Amino acid sequence: MSEFENDAGGESAGRIKKFMFVNRKAPYGTIYALEGLEVVLIAAAFDQDVSLAFVDDGVYQLAKGQQTKALEIKNFSPAYRALEGYDVEKLYAERESLEARGLAAEDLIVPVEVLSSTELAELMAVQDVVISS
Amino acid sequence: MLHIVNKSPYERNALESCLRLALPGAALLLIEDGVYAATRGNVAEPRLREAMQRMDIYALRPDLEARGMAGRVIQGVKLVDYDGFVDLVCERPNCQSWL
Repeated sequence: MSEFENDAGGESAGRIKKFMFVNRKAPYGTIYALEGLEVVLIAAAFDQDVSLAFVDDGVYQLAKGQQTKALEIKNFSPAYRALEGYDVEKLYAERESLEARGLAAEDLIVPVEVLSSTELAELMAVQDVVISS
Repeated sequence: MLHIVNKSPYERNALESCLRLALPGAALLLIEDGVYAATRGNVAEPRLREAMQRMDIYALRPDLEARGMAGRVIQGVKLVDYDGFVDLVCERPNCQSWL
């Protein structure tokens, strides 16, 4: 029964699936990053095996020092630090995307595991569900 | 893994990133504006031809026809209709739609 973390609705409802959320958009310019974060929290609330990957402009979501006061919109970057509290601890950033933008792991607001394209591709391939935004 | 790309290669980098993150043996299906990448002489043709060596590449025929591109498909790209789309999704363990 170890496969079933809760028994609310039998096998189909109880099996924990591997969800990877692939973030490829910068914050603020479009709603994708914020909406993606909401979906991550929903998946985590259902006790799924959730991981986040940051690729392309998605790595900008994690940039330190975001200040949105003058835009009069919410700075949601601190929410990435709260993910740990929802047991979302697997955060990956693609090395190629960071390097192409002059960023390194220490420029990011949360600790991430930096992976090559190939390593990230291998992780994606073993997911049950991959949601890109 | 079935990768699905629906954006023109001129407008977005979805196809480029998809090909960078696709493992050998994966499949790619081009739909909607993504089908422009399957046409001769487009900017993504060299990358698509290179990817063809290691993965199967499909394009959705109705989307090509709607855009007047059905006669311009790069050799080696396989055309599917909606039933074929469903088959591709069903025969792979997972899929990823690149926005």
